[in-house]
Amino acid sequence: MMNSLFLVESIGVQNWTYILVGVTFAIYIGIAIWTRASSTKEFYVAGGGVSPLANGMATAADWMSAASFISMAGIISFAGYDGAVYLMGWTGGYVLLALLLAPYLRKFGKFTVPDFIGDRYYSNTARFVGVVCALLVSFTYVAGQMRGVGLVFSRFLEVDINTGVIIGMIIVLFYAVLGGMKGITYTQVAQYCVLIFAFMVPAIFISIQMTGNPIPQLGFGSTLSDGSGTYLLDKLDGLSTELGFNEYTEGSKSMIYVFAITLALMVGTAGLPHVIVRFFTVKRVKDARKSAGIALLLIAILYTTAPAVSVFARMNLIDTVSNKPYVNVPEWFKKWETTGLITFDDKNKDGLIQYVADKSKNELEVDNDIMVLANPEIAQLPDWVIALVAAGALAAALSTAAGLLLVISSSVSHDLIKKMVNPNITENGELIAARLSAVVAVCVAGYFGINPPGFVAATVALAFGLAAASFFPAIILGIFYKRMNKEGAIAGMVVGITAMLLYMVKYRLGWFDDALPDKSEWWFGISPEGFGTLAMLLNFIVSIVIMKFTPEPPQDVQDIVENIRIPSGVAEASGH
Amino acid sequence: MTKNNAKAYWKENIKYVLILLLIWFLVSYGAGILFKDALNQIKMGGFKLGFWFAQQGSIYVFVILIFVYVHLMNKLDKKYGYDE
Repeated sequence: MMNSLFLVESIGVQNWTYILVGVTFAIYIGIAIWTRASSTKEFYVAGGGVSPLANGMATAADWMSAASFISMAGIISFAGYDGAVYLMGWTGGYVLLALLLAPYLRKFGKFTVPDFIGDRYYSNTARFVGVVCALLVSFTYVAGQMRGVGLVFSRFLEVDINTGVIIGMIIVLFYAVLGGMKGITYTQVAQYCVLIFAFMVPAIFISIQMTGNPIPQLGFGSTLSDGSGTYLLDKLDGLSTELGFNEYTEGSKSMIYVFAITLALMVGTAGLPHVIVRFFTVKRVKDARKSAGIALLLIAILYTTAPAVSVFARMNLIDTVSNKPYVNVPEWFKKWETTGLITFDDKNKDGLIQYVADKSKNELEVDNDIMVLANPEIAQLPDWVIALVAAGALAAALSTAAGLLLVISSSVSHDLIKKMVNPNITENGELIAARLSAVVAVCVAGYFGINPPGFVAATVALAFGLAAASFFPAIILGIFYKRMNKEGAIAGMVVGITAMLLYMVKYRLGWFDDALPDKSEWWFGISPEGFGTLAMLLNFIVSIVIMKFTPEPPQDVQDIVENIRIPSGVAEASGH
Repeated sequence: MTKNNAKAYWKENIKYVLILLLIWFLVSYGAGILFKDALNQIKMGGFKLGFWFAQQGSIYVFVILIFVYVHLMNKLDKKYGYDE
């Protein structure tokens, strides 16, 4: 009886999921065919004529990955106040982008980030270091996205996880290879709409259920709708303490730990090549500034809703399971138990679920990702809302994967082949090279999605740390410090990245020692995720010291720097 | 003339950027992290203020900062004849 009921219900959700995922995929493919790229300029920067609004939407989708959509709210749900490092870290970087990078890089008018590094520092060595950094950052990031695609397929459509990855690869391959940046831009616009709708609908439903307020951002600061007059956050703080957890609104991490991670994520955001290149696609410098504002506004809609979802989900979870008899748990509990994302172990054999902070007594383990994926089910929302979450998660993962693949392919075809190996390559030859490298990149990403190396999850923060340690200082100094020369910049990037890699390998992966070193050995109490902050400072210091002892850059380079500071007279983005 | 013009433009630009970044720092690292505990003594509806800045307020301010910058720079571009 139980089983057949479950089956009937799951067929409902499944059909909805097939319909919504099918329709959204058809839209993406339709856009890809409609926006085929016919020149390298269209392939690399969508022809350079994207409107600020479209670019803002595309940037937002590009930026918000499977991690933002699926994992972030869940992480915050369990971390409480400390989760703010992601909220501030992954939004504050846009202020740096808009004020310090985007307008000047747009004025500079090139195709890629290594392009800027190579030209500004008048050196192919610098360009090569840039290419290596761009590839390292993008590959670590993209493997996680493909894995996310596979997970969503396997959980919602009950296909094999590898089949899911392959379906995702084919879709991305289709529009990234065919359309290049042009195809990616317009599919990302569609993907933003899908993902934000999918994130907001359940959040609004649940906010109304719990607090009567339809705006989640206000809802989680309101009183409960049960008529008790208690504030939701006060109740959650109280329950958390009762169960032995920290108060939800108080942190458990040290101030320097929180500070360092937040700064590393912000600076890393501003240095990520797949985000920076989006600002090469608009027409004028003022459009670059404006589209950074629009992008952050659109990102902020999700990022200010996420902490509300975290609170609702944590509250719902405690309400539903804490001290409840295991035999009476709702359907969703059983369903997610079969995926291994929820586990229950009745340690004291009383048949009740003890969910407490004390590890020896706690009987319930809940995976972070559940909080978003199962939230609609926990709140008993209609089937179509549950299906919508699957379509939204896929949109988030695919849009980010596509943006990263473009960085990889343009780094190879433009920076390596055209600028370093074979400058005489024809336009058509370069376009073919770009498409081929995109195909290879998709295959490599897919391989890592199917066979994830054990350290992928541990090294996601490495992408931010690497970007913070390498690109950010080199670009900032390149714009704001005319005297900065190639010797300083190259030394800074190499030292910054090496320091970051070594710290990660030692303190996150533990490859230098027999066992992972204890947290007490961290420098100044800074975690590997936050080390990007120190590595960035190191880069700045090394760059400036080396520069002082080496010749100043040639006059024409100094003239270029003067020129990029003036917004008018923008040349079309070009590779020459 | 154009060289001095460019210099004056750049100087004003830097001034705006520094002021806006100071605010950026104060709302996130200041209110959200360094002075969180003190601000948490104050409550705004159901929110402790430090917690609110860390998970909500700083993000709203970030958005406003960029649009203020866009507005200021558009005016500055016109003033120095760099508008297009």
